[in-house]
Amino acid sequence: MGKVKKWLAAGLVFILAAALVAGCGKSKSTGGSGSASDDPIKKIEDRGKLVVGVKYDTYLFGYKDPKTGNVEGFDVDIAKAISKKIFGDKVKVELKEVTSKTRIPMLQNGDVDMVVATMTISPDRKKVVDFSDVYFDAGQSLLVKKGSKIKSVKDLTKGTKVLTVKGATSGDNVRKAAPDTTVLEYENYQEAFTALKSGKGDALTTDNSILYGMAAQDSNYQVVGGTFTKEPYGIAMKKGNTKLVKAVNKALKELKDSGEYDKIKNKWIKE
Amino acid sequence: MLDFSILTDNIDLYMKGFVNTIKISIIGLVASFILGNLIAVFRLAPVKLLNFIGAVYVEVIRNIPLILTGFFFYNGLSYFHINLSGFIAGTIALSIYTAAFIAEAVRAGIQSVDKGQLEAARSTGLTYTQAMRYVVLPQAIKIVIPPIGNQFLNLVKNSSILGVFAGLDLMYYADLIHEKTWITFDTYIFVGMFYLILTIPLSLLVNYLERRLARSS
Repeated sequence: MGKVKKWLAAGLVFILAAALVAGCGKSKSTGGSGSASDDPIKKIEDRGKLVVGVKYDTYLFGYKDPKTGNVEGFDVDIAKAISKKIFGDKVKVELKEVTSKTRIPMLQNGDVDMVVATMTISPDRKKVVDFSDVYFDAGQSLLVKKGSKIKSVKDLTKGTKVLTVKGATSGDNVRKAAPDTTVLEYENYQEAFTALKSGKGDALTTDNSILYGMAAQDSNYQVVGGTFTKEPYGIAMKKGNTKLVKAVNKALKELKDSGEYDKIKNKWIKE
Repeated sequence: MLDFSILTDNIDLYMKGFVNTIKISIIGLVASFILGNLIAVFRLAPVKLLNFIGAVYVEVIRNIPLILTGFFFYNGLSYFHINLSGFIAGTIALSIYTAAFIAEAVRAGIQSVDKGQLEAARSTGLTYTQAMRYVVLPQAIKIVIPPIGNQFLNLVKNSSILGVFAGLDLMYYADLIHEKTWITFDTYIFVGMFYLILTIPLSLLVNYLERRLARSS
């Protein structure tokens, strides 16, 4: 998502700082994945719980419902399904809130065993954490009013206006993909969506994961045209945790083969 | 040291914003001056209904944050199926907002001219309008110029709020340049310089007018 990319743009500095923080904070480890030589799966089984870092503020993916207090979403269900595949009913899933800023340090400190939090697999991040296979193909897409003549990024020709958010790479991406369109940029997603609703533009563009959340809030709008950038989401684990990564990938494959993955996806994301 | 390559590399974006800010300012200056004087007349005219309308206008508009007025014209009006661009909505909001302050400055200026002046003029047989035009207003204008000048300076600076609803002004383009360079300090220092290019001459002009009018009395 946009915030993630902002951090990417802030660059290696953040990654290095995160690595430093993690390095200094090793003593704080709750013992989840202390040293790589120990069997991480056995440790989690002994503890009886799998600690998963998810977002609490991302609609449809990891979102704490202010009314019920429950944390729910696609990321949460995927984490629970994977835990069930690997550990069965022996291990309970404990959710912990992470943000784009905290998720790598928390992983490295051992505060969480894995992070399922709309996290894009990127070369920079691969240097400091291990990723599972892709569990969600995110990417930049378009949100339009139902019945709009805009069906994909190709329809953003001269005279059309596309709305996005300042500070993300979404603006640049769409300028590249549709050089003739006019791009208007807003302070945040809520303002951009309000502008779309009040007719200031023909489409809103950012990562589809965020657009699906908007479409779920207002059924007059839909996501169209697939993605025109690639932001593959992966499950992150502490570096060197090969055994756990393998187990997660196996579970992920089983979920996909059995159709359970599609069931979870369709529950949250209406394409 | 400032990184001048930010200025030279992005001069097209800076200039787009700068030119638009000049346009917004000129339209805003003219519109708010006309509207502000009209409201001042409303407040002073010997008609109770007009006094009331003028008072409501001033108290409502000047006591609401400009950004809220801006969003009203940008998003709010779409509930009434009026769809304005950020540039137009922002310029209207800015003019309406500044007009409330100008109205107050003009009213205060006119009221500071001694009541006896109007009464004396009327007793020589001039009508109310004539007395205003030939006796009261020429004295009031000297008092009014400095506060109006301040409002004009505020208008130019306040135009920066257009940036938050895609008003294509200098501040809007500044944010776009910033997201390209990520060099925050330098990017916005140059923005400040562009505003000074506009406001300093305006400030000098106001000072000049003030001195000239003082001499003529």
